[in-house]
Amino acid sequence: MVAVGLTLIFGVMKIINFAHGSFMMLGMFTTYWLYLLLGIDPYLSLLLSIPSLFIIGVLTQRFVISQIMDAPAHNQLLLTLGISLFIENLALFLWTPNFRNLEVAYLRKATTVGSVMISFPKVIAFLFAILLTALLYYFLKKTDLGKAIRAVSEEKEGALTVGINMRRVYYLAFGIGTACVGAAGTLTAPFFYVNPHVGGIFVITAFVVVVLGGMGNFIGALLGGLIVGLAESVGAAFVPGQIKQLIIYFIFIIVLLFKPEGLFGRTSE
Amino acid sequence: MNSKNWMSGKILAMVLVGALLLILPHFIGGYFIYVITMIFFYGYLGMAWNILGGYAGQFSFGHAAFFGVGAFTSTLLQIHGGVNPWIGMILAGMAGLLLGLFIGYLCFRYGIRGPYFALAMLAFAEMLRLLAMEWMTLRYPLGISIPLKGDSFLDFQFRSKIPYYYICLLMMGAVIYLSHFIEGRKIGSYFKAIRENEDAAEALGINAFRYKLVAMAISSFLTAIGGTFYAQYYLIVEEESVFGPTISIAVLLGPIIGGAGTVLGPVLGGGILEGLSEITRNLLGAYSGVHLMIYGAILISVIIFLPHGILGGLQTAFQKLSKW
Repeated sequence: MVAVGLTLIFGVMKIINFAHGSFMMLGMFTTYWLYLLLGIDPYLSLLLSIPSLFIIGVLTQRFVISQIMDAPAHNQLLLTLGISLFIENLALFLWTPNFRNLEVAYLRKATTVGSVMISFPKVIAFLFAILLTALLYYFLKKTDLGKAIRAVSEEKEGALTVGINMRRVYYLAFGIGTACVGAAGTLTAPFFYVNPHVGGIFVITAFVVVVLGGMGNFIGALLGGLIVGLAESVGAAFVPGQIKQLIIYFIFIIVLLFKPEGLFGRTSE
Repeated sequence: MNSKNWMSGKILAMVLVGALLLILPHFIGGYFIYVITMIFFYGYLGMAWNILGGYAGQFSFGHAAFFGVGAFTSTLLQIHGGVNPWIGMILAGMAGLLLGLFIGYLCFRYGIRGPYFALAMLAFAEMLRLLAMEWMTLRYPLGISIPLKGDSFLDFQFRSKIPYYYICLLMMGAVIYLSHFIEGRKIGSYFKAIRENEDAAEALGINAFRYKLVAMAISSFLTAIGGTFYAQYYLIVEEESVFGPTISIAVLLGPIIGGAGTVLGPVLGGGILEGLSEITRNLLGAYSGVHLMIYGAILISVIIFLPHGILGGLQTAFQKLSKW
């Protein structure tokens, strides 16, 4: 999910977004506070976290990122880093660095199938991720707006000449991208701790997934996600604790070095 | 003003500022000595980053890799091998340089450029941080403390903070000189040519691969030496503080804000950031995130309004004025 959002933003606007993890953190906190203060079910809060993150995304694009669409790539990277520094430390200021857990009774059960433990929230998250990705895929393939987004992503000048409103497409793409991570945040909140810096953990993984699947390649992001997920769990069986993160970085560097266009990427540009 | 007068004016200004900084510690209190030392320190690190990131245009998001290797090398050699920290500092620089050449060879050989290079550096730094973390929890769960030896120049330990001030001033001065030297020579032009357009530079016969490695070597060597200074200043080494992404970001913010690819930009940027962080720390105390929030806001506005940093912006303003 995180990777899908990232790849959408990258594919359309060719910007590597560091602030992605921060948006995910915002999604997690939305769910957390809604549950804690109003007792709203974590999955119901998707209805709020998705639109609010969409709006935040569009506003970020409108007022900050649109200013530097033509700047060199490293400046765009730095800008998203600045955004992420700002959001994360604002969160730190407002909500303290404490680690919080979302305690929902009916979600704490885990079912055992044979010898495999299956945690309930993870299954739900997985199903939702597939559902939302399918919806997004349908949107991009079939609707006019979706086609416009894909057109801009593939051929910027061409899209301009046929009269596509570039700015609107950018707003939309960035909004959808952040909405995706918002949803991912909500879905992750029931089985992961919530903390202002939590996004960083996921965003690095997401970068790996995106690079693995080929930047801007949509199906690739999903497949890449599966591969990294597998590598992580297989790795965790062999090596202890934090080292499994190492494997992700290792894959990342290897892919960057030898196959920068991604495993499923088309080489011709 | 003709160029000779201009040059001698510049030298005179440098000498005056230098002399002022030399006598300054005798007039200000310990707190200000600490703040100014930190400004020198981040200025130094920023300039080290600037040689690779500013002049040669290879943005690194993982300079913590070299910084951490520097801090760990000298500290471990000192504790386990009894190696003098001054010698350790040189060895740390060499270790950083070797790592820099290794990473640089891999990245530049396989043509990793622009944002991908930044991400690859980040990945290398994070790998080292995780390895160090795993190793430290087994061996030094509380961080590695350098044994206290009292006031001794040979042991690179001082009760007063003033000697650290002078060492840092010297380090910064040396790198200012080095940056100035690079800027005036052919190698500086090569770096800039690679930054502006690597393919065009190659077409003109510049061996981009070699010069990027040279920039990487200088930058990693200097950054690792900074790591040793940090270890000797705080006398404790923890993997989070030397390998963490915070260092990588702190190192590049100064040059970006002050002006990447200029000699004094990193010092200016480092000074502004360090000053701001001290002010917010004094005003707001416990809320530790606020200064980083402000950093973020400054970074965003500088990138939007002054894409070449404060000094870069001033230069263009002056050029416009002189055209009038």
